[in-house]
Amino acid sequence: MSERLDVKKTYKLVVNGAFVRSESGRSYEVSARDGSFIANVAQASRKDLRDAVSAARAAQAKWWGASAYNRGQVIYRWAEMAESRHGELAEHVAQAEGLKKKDAHASVSRAIDRLVWYAGWTDKVTQVFGGANPVAGPYFNFSLPVPSGVVGVVAPQESSLEGFVETVAAPLCVGNAVVVLTSEVSPVPALVMAEMTATADLPGGVVNVLSARTAEVAPHLAAHEDVDGLDLSGAGDLADELARVAAGSIKRVYREREGGHDALGRMRTFLETSTVWHTIGQ
Amino acid sequence: MTDHALTSPLGALTYDPAPESTAIAHLAPSYGLFLDGQFTDAAQHEQFASLNPATEETLATVAQASTADVDRAVASARRAYDKVWSKTTGAQRAKYLYRIARLILERARELAVVETLDNGKPIRESRDIDVPLAAAHFFYYAGWADKLEHAGLGPSPQPLGVAGQIIPWNFPLLMAAWKLAPALAAGNTCVLKPAETTPLSALILGEILQQAGLPDGVVNIVTGDGTTGAALVDHPGVDKIAFTGSTEVGRLIQQRVASSGKRLTLELGGKGANIVFEDAPLDEVIEGIIDGIFFNQGHVCCAGSRLLVQESVADEVLRRLLRRVDQLRVGNPMDKNTDVGAINSAAQLARIRELSDWGEREGATRYTSDCALPDKGYWFAPTVFSDVAQSHRIARDEIFGPVLSVLTFRTPDEAVAKANNSTYGLACGVWSEKGSRTLWVAQRLRAGVIWANTYNKFDPTSPFGGVRESGFGREGGRHGLEAYLNV
Amino acid sequence: MLGEFSVAVASVATAFPSGRASLAVKLLDVAEAVSAGADEIDMVIDRGAFLAGRWGQVFDEIVAVKAACGAAHLKVILETGELVTYDNVARASWIAMLAGADFIKTSTGKVGVNATLPVALVMLEAARDFAESTGRIVGVKVAGGIRTTKDALRYLVVVNETVGDAWLSPDYFRFGASSLLNDLLMQRRKQRTGAYVRPDEFSGD
Repeated sequence: MSERLDVKKTYKLVVNGAFVRSESGRSYEVSARDGSFIANVAQASRKDLRDAVSAARAAQAKWWGASAYNRGQVIYRWAEMAESRHGELAEHVAQAEGLKKKDAHASVSRAIDRLVWYAGWTDKVTQVFGGANPVAGPYFNFSLPVPSGVVGVVAPQESSLEGFVETVAAPLCVGNAVVVLTSEVSPVPALVMAEMTATADLPGGVVNVLSARTAEVAPHLAAHEDVDGLDLSGAGDLADELARVAAGSIKRVYREREGGHDALGRMRTFLETSTVWHTIGQ
Repeated sequence: MTDHALTSPLGALTYDPAPESTAIAHLAPSYGLFLDGQFTDAAQHEQFASLNPATEETLATVAQASTADVDRAVASARRAYDKVWSKTTGAQRAKYLYRIARLILERARELAVVETLDNGKPIRESRDIDVPLAAAHFFYYAGWADKLEHAGLGPSPQPLGVAGQIIPWNFPLLMAAWKLAPALAAGNTCVLKPAETTPLSALILGEILQQAGLPDGVVNIVTGDGTTGAALVDHPGVDKIAFTGSTEVGRLIQQRVASSGKRLTLELGGKGANIVFEDAPLDEVIEGIIDGIFFNQGHVCCAGSRLLVQESVADEVLRRLLRRVDQLRVGNPMDKNTDVGAINSAAQLARIRELSDWGEREGATRYTSDCALPDKGYWFAPTVFSDVAQSHRIARDEIFGPVLSVLTFRTPDEAVAKANNSTYGLACGVWSEKGSRTLWVAQRLRAGVIWANTYNKFDPTSPFGGVRESGFGREGGRHGLEAYLNV
Repeated sequence: MLGEFSVAVASVATAFPSGRASLAVKLLDVAEAVSAGADEIDMVIDRGAFLAGRWGQVFDEIVAVKAACGAAHLKVILETGELVTYDNVARASWIAMLAGADFIKTSTGKVGVNATLPVALVMLEAARDFAESTGRIVGVKVAGGIRTTKDALRYLVVVNETVGDAWLSPDYFRFGASSLLNDLLMQRRKQRTGAYVRPDEFSGD
């Protein structure tokens, strides 16, 4: 009796809520740490990136227009989906990062918990970063945090799941739409998370996930004038040059700092402050 | 030739009954106390009935918790705090609260039906307002549990310990959520005492806490009458008392805990002024006034029970208001068409009648809708008093029923003065198209909540509470955490 | 005439649906329709003029069209989807009624947003207040976007609650809806048989 043959999965990009191959028709090989073949993943082109940014821009207003409560519920549901596929994710993380099973499971748990942490921020940000200002005059003055708009993310190369969650959830939870280039060497855990955007009720275009050769596509992301913010955590040696390119359209750029994490720094980088004055008088 | 259509009454076309089925509410014939994660008999095995105020039928019996039972509950909460909850991380506490929020939504229809049967409020309200807000409250505070250091209350705020929480009968499930969610998020354990006439939705919530896997003793529910509440207030093992109810009882509680070292927050009564300026859009104003006083049968601490209307539009507003009052459908709370449900208890009905009689005695002009009322159950037809003076009892005392007192004013200053001329200070409404005037008035009103061009809007992110004799402390928002932290 | 049923004939006019033509042309359009036998004329207000604040012009045009109607009744289409705000809908309703409209109607059905419940409520409130202050009833017609019987019932409830059930007559309230009829037939069939119905059971036109 021959052993059962399993059905291999094709990993696709997510652009505007649709699961697509690259318009270029290209793919590239992803191997495990030990060199064995995992999959051919789509190799996103600058045109896929262009389409993703358009989709993000189109979707962002409605994402920000939804209530903070609704955004929190959607992100929490993404965590629900991830939890239900904990084992699968752990296998992929183990393969991708060469981790022992126990450590891979711990990494997945941390990633899911981090997603839950961000889900709880959606309706707290305004109260923590905003407030009324006691101006010296008969005006009601208040400041509100407002998302920058479309945020491009170059996800960390080594941390295939935790890094993806951290860099995507932070701009997402405060109301931005995201275009993320996954880790080039270990894209699969992120692509599995991307599949779950469909079942988590994330509206199309709010999170766009592209597996790509970082050096090929990241410069286009950094230069794209309709991208408002850029997280360069996974850009490695390219980061300095990309940061310079990003200056062309005055993008808000996030780079991890030496000497520790600023827990809220990522969120704050992709938030603007809008201050309103309203007269007071009979 | 007068066109009949010009004068026919509004809303005369009647609709078929649209009753929501009660089948989903699998009520047990009797319930015990929820102690240490289990439903258990009261020590004296005493039970009392919870009635459906629309029919006067018994829905179920619940346990009467004695001082010994309260003692067990507090001990359970203390044990759970010391051994389990104080060692549970914020992230873990968050997960329990998220589970509870999701479970409430999963059992939403069941909870809404039980709430309507036990309280008498229309199914539309319990389904569309009470239950969704309760779930949202848990969801919101879940998100704070692991972020307390960002709440602006210090780098590492700590819980108080065991919280004794006494809630009223007007929004039974929602008040339970308002109490439990922030307390648990902040790391406290709880002993919850639901109101005597509305214990059932809290007991279903107990089942939900079990389904959520909440560790035993983190929440305990002790049903009973005023003696149960008193035992909880007096118990030395409780670190914090949170009470929502009448100012009369709030005063007593504050006296009793005065030298006990217990922390206290109170959410008490109100006599909300709904202020209408001449430029306010009339049809929206009418809906706002109606909602302000007839929502939940007027059993609302923040009800707009005084209408202060600018003299220049007073006649027109009153005319349209009375026309609209005639359209209110009072009756079976389980019918989806019903606007106004049953008064919660015979005692409350007696009080509403007494104060309405005072209104007439003191010389106000009474208008009561001549809507049909069912034979059985506790009912009070929507009533509007005009020509009310500031000195009248119906302008000063909280009636807590579907009775509106109408007064007039000429200038914004006068509106503010009249609105503030009360020992209460919970909520007010301001109606005007002119933003600067609305803000000017809002600045000067002595109230914890001010609604502009709307009324009775609640959100877990928005702090709610009163000033002066309407109580102290806030529920909802970042501010709502303060009540349950040692800051 | 359809056998024993007398059905009135309504005609669109005034450079329908855009209303962008000179007043002279619009009046000619009306006169031709009336002489061809129209019992009712549907006109569109000049939204450009309205949104530019030339309310007097909008008013005058309606008065002129009403005069050209002769004995025919005048329905004034506000195109509420283009007016956008409720304040605009209320204002346009009052202008039309004061200018002599016999009916005010929400939409031509040619733009994206047609009748909605809130817009119908605003128009009915205006019609109610107008009837109270002048003694003249101007009817309300909601058009476009009413596809199901359930939608229609919601509108009837709004009419009942806002102006009373005596207005639930074709003299005072109408639907402009094409797919509504088939849904109504489907609902009636389901009520008889208890089963959900196949749309092709009924003719498409």
